[in-house]
Amino acid sequence: MDTVANNHSAAEADGKDTTLIYRQSRWTRLTHWIWAFSLFFMLLSGLQIFNARPQLYIGKQSGFEFNNTILQIGAENTANGPRGFTEIFGHRFDTTGVLGWSGPPGQETPRGFPSWATIPSYYDLGTARVVHFFFAWILTTTLLVWLIASLINGHIRRDLAPRVSDLRKLPRDIVDHAKLKFHHTREYNTLQKMAYGGVLFGLLPLMIITGLAMSPSMDSVLPWLNEILGGRQTARTIHFTVMLLLVLFFIVHILMILAAGPINELRSIITGWYRTDPPAKHAEPTERSA
Amino acid sequence: MAKFEISRRKFLTAGSLGLSGIALSGCDVFDSGLGIGGGLRSFLENANGLTWRAQRLLAGRDALAPEFTEADIRQPQRPNGITAPDDDTYKGLLANNFADWRLEVTGLVEKPLSLSREQLQNMPSRTQITRHDCVEGWSCVAKWTGTPLSLVLDQAVVKPQARYVMFHCLDTIEQSLSGDIKYYGTIDLIDARHPQTILAYGLNGKPLPVENGAPLRVRVERQLGYKMPKYLSKIELVDSFVNVGGGRGGYWEDNGYDWYGGI
Repeated sequence: MDTVANNHSAAEADGKDTTLIYRQSRWTRLTHWIWAFSLFFMLLSGLQIFNARPQLYIGKQSGFEFNNTILQIGAENTANGPRGFTEIFGHRFDTTGVLGWSGPPGQETPRGFPSWATIPSYYDLGTARVVHFFFAWILTTTLLVWLIASLINGHIRRDLAPRVSDLRKLPRDIVDHAKLKFHHTREYNTLQKMAYGGVLFGLLPLMIITGLAMSPSMDSVLPWLNEILGGRQTARTIHFTVMLLLVLFFIVHILMILAAGPINELRSIITGWYRTDPPAKHAEPTERSA
Repeated sequence: MAKFEISRRKFLTAGSLGLSGIALSGCDVFDSGLGIGGGLRSFLENANGLTWRAQRLLAGRDALAPEFTEADIRQPQRPNGITAPDDDTYKGLLANNFADWRLEVTGLVEKPLSLSREQLQNMPSRTQITRHDCVEGWSCVAKWTGTPLSLVLDQAVVKPQARYVMFHCLDTIEQSLSGDIKYYGTIDLIDARHPQTILAYGLNGKPLPVENGAPLRVRVERQLGYKMPKYLSKIELVDSFVNVGGGRGGYWEDNGYDWYGGI
């Protein structure tokens, strides 16, 4: 499991001074791809569920006779025909074609998120719920499997746990990332640890907790959950916000992979083997990160 | 090793082509198979059963839904679905303030009942301030007063083979070629006998308004709104619902919602 073997034969065969290391265990790789698959379906079915009530509120309930709406996506008739709008904290933006009013030219309909972003593509709350809750089980189970495996094989302790030195390296790490200067080593750099740790121990658990808080049945089991979160509608708003953060993580994740060398990065998350920088290029022996 | 490299690249190329294919053709590629009765849909629906069992295991029979205070009642109860039944029977009953309305309790019971609103109101009542959660995502807090369903079931003496309570309603929810479909739904006896499951005739201290289900609607506080039929006319104890409607246990269930609306 902890194989960090210098693959000299590969280096010799390529005639280059490079080193292949076994970086990602099978548990990490398997759970990574199950998450990627599940989150894709959870996102698109979740946006369909959101479309049933494309508004977000703060508090225990939805304000119909009072205003606690912080986000609203809708359509309205204007002098120039129907337009889609998105209103955030009272600021209204015209989002025709994407949010509120979208569809093929001439066949636009009022809908929160456009049909290309939802499963099913047509409005169907019941089916979206079936898809969403199926993958919720897959995602949660996979997270649990990953947690147990990563505690046992040392992935969390060795690769993800932040150290004092990580804090020291943070400024340099930010500068390196800004310059798209990547070091390919066995270890994750500080920003990677923060991003992966934040998703695995922050965003995904928060997604599960706020999801459970929206369930009237679970509220009878864990009545304190919504009290901590600030009410069911706040829980729903947090659930949506965490979704946005996960999408942001995904975009940055893909950009970083493209910038750092997609073939090598993909190989490590598919086969486990990762090509590290030639040792000669390591200016300081203590330097890690990449 | 070199050979391995090539096969990996082929794999990656094929994989990325496949992914971009999905992206280009849009999300309607997942539409087929997701219709009710579809193979993929049926497979995914297994998770609904898992959710139901897990929530039953955790919540047990009597865990109570959170109750709120008067200060949390900040607006009238949001009406949804049918809010003014157009059925002649209903309009006739409404015309003389439901004096001729009766709640029939039939099916697998020892003593079928026919209860007037006064009879129900003379039974012990329960008042609860609870949060109504709609499947669409919104919530609304209101105070409900009604007769615990368990008392009505006890009076009718449920036969041992009964498993579900089926609610028959006066409102037409859909006009189809084969006739009008009136709203109907089922819950199991565990939820039917839950302390907060009441046949509500009062809302926020006043008689239940038409838009919220007058003269009588059910409250099933650990489930979503579509599991709480309005405009009740009959409660039928059954051992199965497979032969009613689409066989999935309710109007919305027949249209794709999960039978257990606990999430």
